[in-house]
Amino acid sequence: MIKVDKISKRFGSILAVDGISFEVKTGEVLGFLGPNGAGKSTTMKILTCFLTPDGGTAEVAGCDIRKDPVGVRERIGYVPENAPLYDDLSVDAFLRFIGDVRGMGGAQLRDALDRVVTQCSLQGVVHQRIETLSKGYRRRVGLAQALLHDPGTLILDEPTDGLDPNQKHHVREMIHAMGKEKCIVISTHILEEVDAVCSRAIIIAKGRVLADGTPAELTQRGDGKLETYFREITAVGGAA
Amino acid sequence: MSATTAVFKRELRGYFGTPVAYVFLVVFLALSAFLTFSQGFFQMRDASLRVFFANLPGLFALFAPAIAMRMWAEERRTKTVELLLTLPVTVKQAVLGKFLAGWAFFGIALLLTMSMVMTVAYLGDPDPGPVFTGYLGAFLMAGAYLAVGAFFSAMTKNQVIAFVLGAAACALLVYSGSPAVVDALQGIPLLGRPLARFVESMSFLTHFDVLQRGLIEFRDLFFMLGITGGFLTATVVMLDESKAR
Repeated sequence: MIKVDKISKRFGSILAVDGISFEVKTGEVLGFLGPNGAGKSTTMKILTCFLTPDGGTAEVAGCDIRKDPVGVRERIGYVPENAPLYDDLSVDAFLRFIGDVRGMGGAQLRDALDRVVTQCSLQGVVHQRIETLSKGYRRRVGLAQALLHDPGTLILDEPTDGLDPNQKHHVREMIHAMGKEKCIVISTHILEEVDAVCSRAIIIAKGRVLADGTPAELTQRGDGKLETYFREITAVGGAA
Repeated sequence: MSATTAVFKRELRGYFGTPVAYVFLVVFLALSAFLTFSQGFFQMRDASLRVFFANLPGLFALFAPAIAMRMWAEERRTKTVELLLTLPVTVKQAVLGKFLAGWAFFGIALLLTMSMVMTVAYLGDPDPGPVFTGYLGAFLMAGAYLAVGAFFSAMTKNQVIAFVLGAAACALLVYSGSPAVVDALQGIPLLGRPLARFVESMSFLTHFDVLQRGLIEFRDLFFMLGITGGFLTATVVMLDESKAR
């Protein structure tokens, strides 16, 4: 469960996030849509307590982001933009490090490793150094890292960016399958992804929420095409 | 396992995961031994490690920033800082874990210089007191330098800049106590004496010298630990500011 209450963030003279509010329930996959620079990543960084908002607050997985940032981080899985990883480690060593930081150990960690390696199809590369992996594998290691402690809330920043069509399909299927019992937020600027995995979508531009609804509703507003609606409202947002 | 321990383990292993650690150890050991023997170790006919210790403040000013430069600059350049600091780790724990790993690595380097102690013990009968306090002082001094290096590493995404700034700051903290600087300052009319005394008291040279003579004084320990704590706190503040950029 995520409850966002009027958060805002300013970088110098740029207002990156301007009083955004929304809610995501367990069992929902929320698509966070918007043109580049709309404030998607900044919002996600605030929800994962990497950045502190200038105004407003949010409750993520039952913890307030201002009062208990470590509590939030214990309960969520996060894949940052471009899934940064420690290149000098092997996949196994990397996932073990994540487990160590999350206070997992012994049988619990072993089981979790087996689970995510299977779930993300990493069997063939477990002992390979991360720097030698292809983009598709790197992305899956990023996802495995976020799923290791089986969190109820997942925040994924452009999880399919840079993947080939087969890999995209695989990642979307995973998100779709997990969406039934978890609360998931994904950001994207690929509109077809919304139809494929999201149960609800929010369109933001210039740090403000412009639309909120199911993919079907949003598509209807654009005379049968989500792209038409997206361009219509984000272009207006751009001119304002 | 606590988050600090997990970061510590990963970092310490990280040092040995690349050839950099071995290059560092070999160069450090070779240089510290070379300087000792080339500066009249045998001519002194004195079974002590005075010459060896005397070179350490200068050597550390070069080597500590080299160990510390990667700490945060690399995390920020590759954006893994966003991964690390969205795990259940506070900035304080992460800074401490990384610092302790660097310190432990430096400790290993110092342990490997024990061959100097063996040499002196073989040649004569050294007083164990100054040897012990000398090593204690060297270890504390290494920690302080590393904290300075960590701070500059958190300041920039470029390791080379982190190294140069770190080495410059360390050199300043060493050579402010050198006779040339102190004498020059004393030459200033009126303010000369207190100024010279103040600058001298801010130098590792002054405080390390007391320790390697075999004296453990509170103000010397306080100076070393104070610099360490101060710069680590500054690193935390700096990271809070710079991590997102």
